[in-house]
Amino acid sequence: MVKEKIRNYIGENILFNPDGFPYADSTSFLETGIIDSMNVLELVVFIEENFQITVEDPDFTPDNFDSVEKIANYVNRKLELQSAG
Amino acid sequence: MINELVNYSKEALVLDEAIEVDRIIKMLRQIVLLRFHRQGAVVGIDGGVDSAVVLALSALAFGVGRVVGVMVPEREAGEENLRLAREHAEALGIRTVSEDITASLESCGCYQRRDEAIQKLFPRYKSDWKARIVLPSDLTEQGAAHVFYLVMEDPRGVEHREKLTLNEFRQITAASSFKQRIRMSMLYYHADLNNYAVVGSANKNEHELGIFVKYGDNGGDVNPIAHLFKTQVYQLAGYLGGMEEIQKRSHVLDASRSAGSQEESVFEIPFSVLDPIWMGYELGVPENQVAMAVDLETDQVIRIICNIISRKRTTDYLRASMVDVNNFE
Repeated sequence: MVKEKIRNYIGENILFNPDGFPYADSTSFLETGIIDSMNVLELVVFIEENFQITVEDPDFTPDNFDSVEKIANYVNRKLELQSAG
Repeated sequence: MINELVNYSKEALVLDEAIEVDRIIKMLRQIVLLRFHRQGAVVGIDGGVDSAVVLALSALAFGVGRVVGVMVPEREAGEENLRLAREHAEALGIRTVSEDITASLESCGCYQRRDEAIQKLFPRYKSDWKARIVLPSDLTEQGAAHVFYLVMEDPRGVEHREKLTLNEFRQITAASSFKQRIRMSMLYYHADLNNYAVVGSANKNEHELGIFVKYGDNGGDVNPIAHLFKTQVYQLAGYLGGMEEIQKRSHVLDASRSAGSQEESVFEIPFSVLDPIWMGYELGVPENQVAMAVDLETDQVIRIICNIISRKRTTDYLRASMVDVNNFE
């Protein structure tokens, strides 16, 4: 569900691709250059608004933001922490 | 060729200055006088080594009587830069004009719009503080961090750091860009007044990595140094002469940029390392040979090359001219 929302957002708002996000979830943004630093800032706004989480400064790492899969894992971890807390 | 590649070194960047200067001034004459039918050059001078070299090249191409050095200060520009720019132009015998654009920038809301965005992030910020945007990443590290920071310095010299949000980032950069765009308008005023062309001063690093404001400091009719790495610009400065103080100050500024500025993502490694890596990549030299030449690990060189490629790709929009929909492929 989280992954799907992220894929749709990137496909519609960043890639402007009528077929959505045409890459694998594991595709590296940095290596392929499909989205840039400004797009990542956009994604952060989208994630914070849609999943009601706050992205903290130390979380801005390629490990958390370099692919759809990594972002989804990050968001899910944050959501789990929130519901546990 | 193979032997050349195996022996790759920083020396590959070294120009034959006489040949290069001769080639550039011939091209300047051909483009400005014959193609554009303009009769001289307007150069925006800011006390930096790039514009100083371009001013000197323009003087050689057109004669000192057909060049105007235009200084475009505003209330936040350093006076030291102006002094250096003026003294260099005067030493060459080139006429200078100084146009203070503070009032224009105020009427556009440049400072006010920028400060409004900064204060949303950091309410204590005052308009007499210094502020700059940084992307604290290391080109030699795996991938770049995606977060931009605003770094502010209060009048006591204390630094404050705040993560930039998207809307504020956009407002700060959009408002700040008035400076470069109004400067460009002023250069064209003097170009039109004299029937001269505007000669630009962006070096290869700035031009290809998109370190400029579109229709701002990259604006102009011809650029004689867009193909030169920063280290090569310094080399020409030494050859052309009379820029020792400017060169020294530019070196200091380049070094301080590496401590944080809009250019940090690119210039956090010295030009003496960045430029030979970039040139090695363009020449097709194997990364391990490049690494040996600059005394880095091969992995670090590969990451730097990936970052250069990525940066070039993501700044393509900035270099693009207006597109005719009828001729778009």
